[in-house]
Parts: sequence; C-alpha cells; structure tokens
Amino acid sequence: MNALPWTIYISFAGAVLALIAGARSASAARWVALATAIAAAVVAFAAAADFSPGPGLQALKDVPWIPEMGIRYHLAADGISLTLVILTALAAVAGILFSWNIEERTGEFFALFLALIGGVYGVFLSADAFLLFVFYEIAIVPKYFLIAKWGSTNREYGAMKLVLYSFAGSALVLAGLLWAYALGGGTSFALGDLAQAASAFSRGEQIGLFALVFLGFGVLAGLFPFHTWAPTGHVAAPTAASMLLAGVVMKLGAYGCLRVAMPLFPVGFEFWQSTIAALALAGIIYAGLIALVQDDFKFVIGYSSVSHMGFVLLGLAAANARAVSGAVLQMFSHGVIAGLLFAVVGRMVYERTHTRQLADLRTMPLHRKLPFAALTFVLAGLASMGMPGFSGFPAELTILIGTWKTSPLWAAFAAGGILIAAAFTLRVIHISFFGTTDRSASPVAPLASNTAAPAMHELHYGPITWAEKAGALLLIGATVYVGLKPDVLLNWIMPALESPLMRAALKQATP
Amino acid sequence: MNPDYRQLLSALLPEASLVLGALIVLGVDLFAGRQRAFAPRVQLSSWLGLLAIAIAIYHAIGASPAAANFGGVFAFDALARAARVGVLLLAGFTLALLPGTSRLAHPAEYVAILLFATCGFTLMASAQQLLVAFLALELASLSLYVLAGFDKSRPESAEAGLKYFLFGGISAAFLLFGFSLIYGLTGSIEFTEIAQQLRVQPTTPLLVVAVVMILVGFGFKAAAAPFHLWAPDAYQGAPATSAALIASASKLAGFTLFVRLLWHGAGPAAGSVSSFTGAPGWLPVAAVIAGLSLLLGNIAALAQSNVRRLLAYSAIAHAGALLLGVIAAGSAGPAPLFYYAATYGLATIGAFGVIAMIDRISPCQRITDLAGLYRRSPLLAGCLFVYVLSLAGIPPLAGFFGKFAVFAAALKISGLGGPIGWLAVLAILLSAVALYYYLVILKQALVVPPANDAPRIAVPALAAITLVVVAALLVVLGIFPSRILTLF
Repeated sequence: MNALPWTIYISFAGAVLALIAGARSASAARWVALATAIAAAVVAFAAAADFSPGPGLQALKDVPWIPEMGIRYHLAADGISLTLVILTALAAVAGILFSWNIEERTGEFFALFLALIGGVYGVFLSADAFLLFVFYEIAIVPKYFLIAKWGSTNREYGAMKLVLYSFAGSALVLAGLLWAYALGGGTSFALGDLAQAASAFSRGEQIGLFALVFLGFGVLAGLFPFHTWAPTGHVAAPTAASMLLAGVVMKLGAYGCLRVAMPLFPVGFEFWQSTIAALALAGIIYAGLIALVQDDFKFVIGYSSVSHMGFVLLGLAAANARAVSGAVLQMFSHGVIAGLLFAVVGRMVYERTHTRQLADLRTMPLHRKLPFAALTFVLAGLASMGMPGFSGFPAELTILIGTWKTSPLWAAFAAGGILIAAAFTLRVIHISFFGTTDRSASPVAPLASNTAAPAMHELHYGPITWAEKAGALLLIGATVYVGLKPDVLLNWIMPALESPLMRAALKQATP
Repeated sequence: MNPDYRQLLSALLPEASLVLGALIVLGVDLFAGRQRAFAPRVQLSSWLGLLAIAIAIYHAIGASPAAANFGGVFAFDALARAARVGVLLLAGFTLALLPGTSRLAHPAEYVAILLFATCGFTLMASAQQLLVAFLALELASLSLYVLAGFDKSRPESAEAGLKYFLFGGISAAFLLFGFSLIYGLTGSIEFTEIAQQLRVQPTTPLLVVAVVMILVGFGFKAAAAPFHLWAPDAYQGAPATSAALIASASKLAGFTLFVRLLWHGAGPAAGSVSSFTGAPGWLPVAAVIAGLSLLLGNIAALAQSNVRRLLAYSAIAHAGALLLGVIAAGSAGPAPLFYYAATYGLATIGAFGVIAMIDRISPCQRITDLAGLYRRSPLLAGCLFVYVLSLAGIPPLAGFFGKFAVFAAALKISGLGGPIGWLAVLAILLSAVALYYYLVILKQALVVPPANDAPRIAVPALAAITLVVVAALLVVLGIFPSRILTLF
C-alpha cells in the first residue's frame, strides 16, 4: 500500500528512459515503455491486494513542501483513488500495446504518454489541493503534442481545442482554489483544512466557489455544453491517446468534482445540484442522439463517451452513497470500455482499412476479414450498452437506483439515455462489421460516402498482432471480471464515502 | 554625516569588479585583440567579462547585510543581496551565450557596455535614494540603448536602438519630474525620510501628480501598457543577446528598485485597492496599468507572426502580472515578486538564447523559422520546450509557481472584495489565452517538420551548457521554490 507513490515515480522515470532509448531504436523505446507501465501496474495491484477499505484517506507520504505557503507533499489513497489507479494501470498497459505500431519519433511518443500517465496517477493520489492541481496540469500539456504530432483528422485543430478547453477549465479551478485559500486565511491547501475553512464561508461565497471549481473540473469530464472538445479531440487523437483521453483523462475531471468541489463546498453543491443533474441528463441524451447520426465511426465513439460520462455526473449530482458509488464504478467501467472501443476503431480497423466512414466500412465484410476485431467490438459494444455480465451493467444500474432515490424523474430520463446508447451501438456494430457488399441491398438508410471504394473488400488486411490481442484481452477481462463481481470495487468505494468529508458532500446519504 | 569610504568601497566591491572588468576587457582587446581573428577575440572578451561577473557575484554574496547604508544612500538588505546576485547571474547567462553566436563587430565594446549595464542593475537593486536611483537607472538605460542598436549591419537594429532611446528618454524626463516634485514636497531625496514626511502630510494633488509621473516612467521601463510601444520594435530589431538582457536582468533590477521606491518611499501615498471605494494613491493607478498590460499583452500576442514580437507582447503581459506582485508586496513582502521576476528572466534569456543559436545559421524572425527544430537540434528544441512552458506557467516549472505565489498574495489582500482580487482572477483566466500563443511556438519547434534545406544547428559548448543550466534551474526552482522564498 505504501508503495503506491511509486506508480508516479516509475512513470516519470520511464518517460525519461523512453526518450533516451528512443534515440537508439524504436523498439527499445517500446519495450521500456511497456516495462514501465507493467511495473507501475504491478505496484498498483500489489497495493490493492493489501488494501483495507475504510473511511478517509490513508496517508502514503506527508512531508512539508513549501512551508511558506502551507503546502505539503501529501499523497494519500482511499477506495475511490485505488479504483481509479487500477483503471489507469490497465489503460496504460493497454494503450502501449495498442501503440506498438508507432514508428515515427517513437521515443518521444512514449515519453509524452508516460508523462501523462504519471500526472494522472499523481492526481488520483493527491490529498493536497495544490499538489493535485500540479499533477492535473502536468497531465494536460502532453495531450497537445500526442494529438498534434501523431493524430489524424484535423489534428492540430483538435489538439489545440482540447488543450485550451482543459486549460481554461483548470484556470477556473485555480481561481477557485486560490480564492478559497485566501478566504480561509492562507494557511493550508490540505483538502481537509480547506473544507474546514470553507464551512465558515458565506452562502454566496460557497455558491461562487463551487461553481468555479466544479465547472473547471467538469469541462474535462465532458459536462454539457462544454463537451465539444471531446469528440473532436478523440477523433483527432492517435489510438492510444484517445484511449487515455476517454478512458482516464475525462475521469480526472469527474474525480476533481468528487474529491475537491463537492466535499469542500457542500452548501454550494446543494445550490447547484439540480442544475448539474439537468446538464448531465442533457449530455446523456443530446450526445446519444448525435452519436446516432454520425457518419464517422470514431465520432460515434467520441459522442458515446460524452453520453456515458453524463451518467457519472448524474450519479454525482444525485448525491447519495449509492449513486456516487455507481458513478465511481461507471468511471472505471467506461474507462475500460471506451479504451476497447477506441482500440478497435482506431487501431484494428482504421490502421488496416484507412477509412472510418461508415458508408465505406459497410461495403467491407469486416466480420470475415477481421473476426477478432469484430468479436472485440461486439463484446465492448454489449458492455457499453449495459448488458449484464459486463461492468457497464452494475455501474449504470447502481447509478439509476441511486438517482431514483433522489428524483425518479431524473432516473426516467437517464433510462431513456440507455435506450439511445443501445440504438447507436447496435447501429455501428451492424453497419461497420456486418455490412453487405451490395450497397443497394443494404438494410440501413443510405449514407453519404465521399470516397467510392470499389472492390475494397477484396483487399487483404494484415492479421491482428499479438500486441493488439493482448491489449484487447486485458481490457475485456477487466470489464467481464468487474461485471461479474462488482462487489470487489464497491467494497472499496462504499467505505470511502463514509469519511466525514464525503458525508458532508452527501447530505442526503441513504440510511 | 561623515561617510566611511573604506566601508563604502567594501560594500560596492561587486560594482567595482564590474567596472574594472569592463576596463580590462577594453584594454586587453585594444592591445592584444586587434590583430587576432574574430572568434578568439569574442572568446577572450566574453571570458574576461564572465570572470568579472563571477568575482562580482562572490562579493555580492559576501556583502554583509548589516553594512552601513551611508546616510541612507544604499540599502544592503536581503532583497538587495538577492536582487544583486540575481541580476549578476542573469547578466552572466546572457554573456555566456555571446561566443559563437555573435557576428557583431567590436565584441570587446559589446562586453564592456554589457558590464556597465550590469553595474547599473546592481546599483538599482540597492539604491535607497532618489539621486542614486536615477543615476543607476540612467547608467543601465544608456548602456541598453547602445546594446539594442549595436548591430550596425542591420537597419532594424538601429531602429530598435533609436526607438528604445526616444521612449526611454521621455520616460526618464517623466521620472525626473516626479522625483523633483517629491523632493519639493518632502525636502528629502532619501526614501526613509520621504516616507516619514509623507506620513504626516495630507495627500495633495501635487503628490498624486508626482507619484503618477514616477509610475509613468516606471511603466515605460517595465514595458507596461499603455507605455509599451517601444518593446515590440526593440525586441525585434535588437541583437538577440541584447533583447535577452533588456527582458531579464533589466526587468529584475527595475522591479526591485521600484518596489523599494514605491513601498519604502511613497508607501504612505499608496492608497488602497482592497475595496472598490478605496483611498486614492498610486496603488489604484498601478492596478489600472497592470490590468491594461495583462489584457493588451495577451490579446495582441495572439496576432503575432514574428517570434520576437510575440515574446515582446508576452513580456508586456508578464509586466502586468509583475505589477500585481508590486501591489501585493505591501502585504506579502517582495518574495513572490522577486521569484516571479527572476524566473521570468531565466525563461526569457533561454528563449532568446535559442533564437540567437538559430540566428547563426539563418535569420530567426518569423515563428515558422523555428519549424523542425526538434530535428535541426534536439537540444535546443528540448530547452525551448522548458522555457516556453515556464513562460506559460505550466507546473512543475518555475513560471507556474511564480504566478501562483503572486496571485495568491494578491488574492490574500481582500479576496474578491476589491479590484486587486478581480485583477488576479483576470490574470488567471488570461493564462488560458496565453497558452494558445505559447503552443503556437512549440508547435513549430516540436511538431512541424523542417524545411527540406534546413541544416542542422551546431551549438557551441559554452552556450549549450548555459542553456541546459538555465532549463535545469527552471525545473529545480519550480519544484523547490522554498529555496528562493526563504532568502527573504
């Protein structure tokens, strides 16, 4: 357990090593990156093995850092952090496996990738608001370069939009944290101390502070209507970066909302609660409907991410222990499933067919040409729709049950969102993998196609590599395992919600 | 009072080393350099200059804080010591970039004038009397005008020197006018005396005029809006090393001098910015200048296609943030301001250093001239990555903590109850705007492939070491800011 901070150090050290190794050969950089990610994952799983769930953050490392300003280097973990650390470990290993084919500037790619991972681990393990913010910003900048250099469609625009949205969000967070720090006398950035100071703030201050901090983190969680960076960014990003973005980075935003905004400013939270729920529902339904009419395979997945993250935000807004634990479970579940979906679309299919247009994919019987990709996508799609047996089911069910307790109306709308998710998922499965070679006989409505691709289905695609298979199996295993035994994670998460800080946030906690 | 000249000499040993060093550089070049080839002449002059700066640093560190202040002329407190060492280091880094990058004729004169300017900076850092302050400022400014116009082969350099000189001259006139009014009002030119006099005087319109005059002069020197017009042209035309000095050591010295002058001297006339109906004084004026600089610098920088002009507008934006530090120095002390100014100087020297290295091969003016730097010189690209992200304020680099400390100090004054808090919030939000233009630079350097005929860039050893040390300092100071904060 006490070794958890090493996930951060290993990742940053691996970034430097990958850069050095990359100067010699691309394959050295790949192996260094994989070894780093696996080492960090081993640390994370070992910590999980001897983790004893309980309320409150369990300190891992706590030393003064900048005593002049009351800033401490304080790392700590509870069940929520640990769940997300495990997710990060899985996503990192899988992401590296799915970027095995990066040939250009390989060392730099993996260095940026690992720096991003290190920042993400840091956010999940920070118990000091300043430290959390530092890691949060470290995780932002590598995204720009990953997308702008190694991305595809409209990559420079997508990269800049994504980074500016994230950074604008983090500027709001910084403004809020500094304001709270100054109001509280400017003595400490520890989350507990800030919360204590904030309890003496006026109602107006709490409302303003919560709005700043929640909105700032919410931008990264895909909060409607500030989600537009997500689809363009996901589509522009290289496969591994989309996997990380949707799988882990969006969770940073939701985690910030849960860890910082809600416990620090409970009065403000109460004020904004129904607004957040309305925005979350709007995101679920709006993004789902948009996903239903996309022509680009990757855009479908991009919008589906926004829709699924809406469930996370809805769970947080419902503000009871069941809904919030469902939200954390959904963070894990969506992280794994979105990683899988992006891996199939971006790596397995696009790298071979060089198209993501559904109209083109329909003419390629991919279920025969790429059976493994088809199987993976069907499984991931089922998980994404919330089929029992996969992690999406317990997560969304828990959120719905919890939300029902707060407001049956919200739960009804959210259930509608699940239907929409099933519709757009089935549609892309059908079109892209089980299309027909005969366009006129297609059962679906004609789609605009800008590239006529005659006889493309005659092409031979390279076989699915071992790295892709390993990555896919890892993630499928995770979603099935959690789908069958959600209690493993829920037993970590539920006690964490019993801490005084979290209880203050969840005033309507279920008895 | 009878000043003890021996003590004075020992306290001013750093300045003496610099002046002596400058004279030796000139003399050696006169007798031994003329007949040599160009490269060894630059090497010799630069190394002699670096030696002088090293000796000056040694004496500046050793200067005892309790040394006599010679009738209130100098203050050798912790701030003075830190600022002296700071400007000497910044000037040293600038000088170390010179060999191998410069094609300037008369290298010895360049080094000598740089040393004179540095001497002006160190005097500014410890001056506590209007006359010494003005003399130090003029010594530094006049040297900088010459450095800006030193490249006689390019008309742009002459234009830069002239514009800088004209604006600087006007600002000196404003400053002197303000100083004379202060003298007339208080009957003294010593900061402490002035403060004592002002404390018992009511705030008269004449005093306000005097202080506003000083702020106008200060605004010119610091390139704060609306007195910034010289900066883009000067940065664009001046030799890269001169621009680096103007943007770094000169700023640190200027802000040290003015934070001392404004708080120790004109402190009683500060007024208040902690509420919207605060007392009048120089603080509200400084707040207006800060807000204008932040807005204008950040927004105008978005439209730049020339990398040096972009850095100039970024400097204007940073001047706005530094002014926030000046305002907050009244309650938080000078530590955040000093940290910000020093680390900003480091990052700017680095950025101009990289430009100077590219300049050796082909002119580096447009942002697109940086294209493919990652392949032309991975070292320069890596260093530029650090400098630019530090300017943008990305943790864990020093630029982030500088902003953080200044904004925290500003917000602590009165939360969001007064204009100062809102200015801090404005500055935080504008940092998201700023990231755009900094990423535009980095996109060219790290993402865009080089033009087909762009050759690799060889970096001279001394310059390479300097750039790496500067980058390392930005990382180390960013992670351990207490190293600086505890100096005060």
